[in-house]
Amino acid sequence: MKVEQISIFIENKSGRLAEVSQKLGQAGVNIRALSLADTSDFGILRLIVDKTDLAKKTLKENNFTVSKTEVVAVEVPDRPLGLHSILEILDGGGVNVEYMYAFVERCGENAVIIFRFDDPEGAIRVLVENGLTVLTGERVCRM
Amino acid sequence: MSELITEAMLANALIWDPEMECLGRDELNALQLVRLQDTLRRVYQNVPCYQKKFEQIGIVPEDIQSLDDLKNLPFTTKDDLRDNYPYGMFAVPMREVVRIHSSSGTTGKPTVVGYTRHDLKVWTELAARFMTAAGVTADDIVHIAFGYGLFTGAFGLHYGAERIGASVIPMSGGNTDKQIIIMQDYRSSALVCTPSYALTLVDRMEKQGIDPRSLSLRVGLFGAEPWSEEMRREIEERLGVVATDNYGLSEVMGPGVGGDCLYRTGMHISEDHFIAETIDPETGEVLPRGSVGELVLTCISKEAFPMIRYRTRDITRLDDTPCPCGRTHVRMQKTMGRSDDMLIIKGVNVFPTQIEEVLFQVEGCEPHYQLVVDRVNNSDRLEVQIEVHESIFFDEMKRQRDFVSMVEKRLASALGVSAVVKLVEPSSMPRHEGKAKRVIDKRRS
Repeated sequence: MKVEQISIFIENKSGRLAEVSQKLGQAGVNIRALSLADTSDFGILRLIVDKTDLAKKTLKENNFTVSKTEVVAVEVPDRPLGLHSILEILDGGGVNVEYMYAFVERCGENAVIIFRFDDPEGAIRVLVENGLTVLTGERVCRM
Repeated sequence: MSELITEAMLANALIWDPEMECLGRDELNALQLVRLQDTLRRVYQNVPCYQKKFEQIGIVPEDIQSLDDLKNLPFTTKDDLRDNYPYGMFAVPMREVVRIHSSSGTTGKPTVVGYTRHDLKVWTELAARFMTAAGVTADDIVHIAFGYGLFTGAFGLHYGAERIGASVIPMSGGNTDKQIIIMQDYRSSALVCTPSYALTLVDRMEKQGIDPRSLSLRVGLFGAEPWSEEMRREIEERLGVVATDNYGLSEVMGPGVGGDCLYRTGMHISEDHFIAETIDPETGEVLPRGSVGELVLTCISKEAFPMIRYRTRDITRLDDTPCPCGRTHVRMQKTMGRSDDMLIIKGVNVFPTQIEEVLFQVEGCEPHYQLVVDRVNNSDRLEVQIEVHESIFFDEMKRQRDFVSMVEKRLASALGVSAVVKLVEPSSMPRHEGKAKRVIDKRRS
């Protein structure tokens, strides 16, 4: 039920982000979702791609520091208070969100949100118990 | 204390020359004064460079009436040796010199040193002394992987080991695969090399699927380059030998000036042959015992090449508190760097090796870093740039920032001055083949 995500350390200087997208593009890797967290000195770029291992290998060969983490992709009703309803459920279930970002594409009538939890198994249980749809990695990549 | 050093080993530890190594402080100081005065008379008479230096400040050897007067004598530096290249500093005619060695000369002309028959005898005794302190006995098979040649390392330990009665394998340096075969087949039990070569050997063994603990090695005598306590732990863990340090430099004698006992709380300097001082590298002032400073050594028994107040450029701390091993000779801590590398940040002396040690602790491996010093708003600013690799990269911003502030805190407490940590991508810095450019000091431009 979990989705693989790669994180890349990026120094805050011009051209580094373009370098990542270029290398991945040349290797035939398609980016499905992304988020960038940054400080004045450095940033952490998080990507969900169609070929995780190839992406990781390509970036490492180009001297980037890359790590692989597991995140959870959840379908969210695409209407006002849609996201809020999910956050309420997670809060009620005592689940802590480390960070989250939105998926680029829609899934039918729904939007998709990527969550990083400190306890992914517990979070998935709470979400499923409350009738929400958690997407598999395979499904995310096919979108 | 390492788990490799047992109570039994400590209880059975031998002292090569108990009479001299455990001499009471008063007798030791009396012996030092007599030998110092004798040496000063000889160099004043026979070495024009010393005669000139003494005359410049209006001193004659007879003015030195106590060990405390030593501080009035001028220093001898590497420049003096270069100016008097090759034989100008020799205090005996060449006919009495039986051996010549030379330093590598990485920073200009090499320096040449000479030994009389008596000098070689003393050197052999002092090498036997520190090797015994490290635990080498007549039952050991001593594998010497230092290069034999102009460099003093191999010969110093070679004759010391023979003097002890150990079996010596004069392997010399290089050819790592062959070294390993010889170690396996000849059952080498004591390894002599640089600490970095010890790790090269382990790497190669691991690559070949050889368990280092299947060999007979039990003790390592590592020297000829500065190394940290972390590196000691790594060698002990991976190679399974008691890793001991020793100190020496060709200008003063070679290996055997000092060495670890099994308590390893500093290397005992053979004070019956050398007088050790620490000075402030900036002012030249003698520092009280226990302060970190540049080691200055005076030879008090050498005939061919006696150095008076030789500035070693090595930074260390001297400790004359009693050692449980029973030796009375002062101990010097592992060298913390070279005085040439010292940075003064907001008036505090900082050595790159101190920073390296902190980074080694937090990263658990050899750090890739660079120091950038600048003056911002009339105040010094030290920036430590660290290459981010996987073990210190966190996917969460909070943890990544916590890591930065944790390293900053540790640096501040180790250095006594604050440093700013900046994370950079791997391979942003030049790799250190040869001499590393670790420090960029923008204050000088």
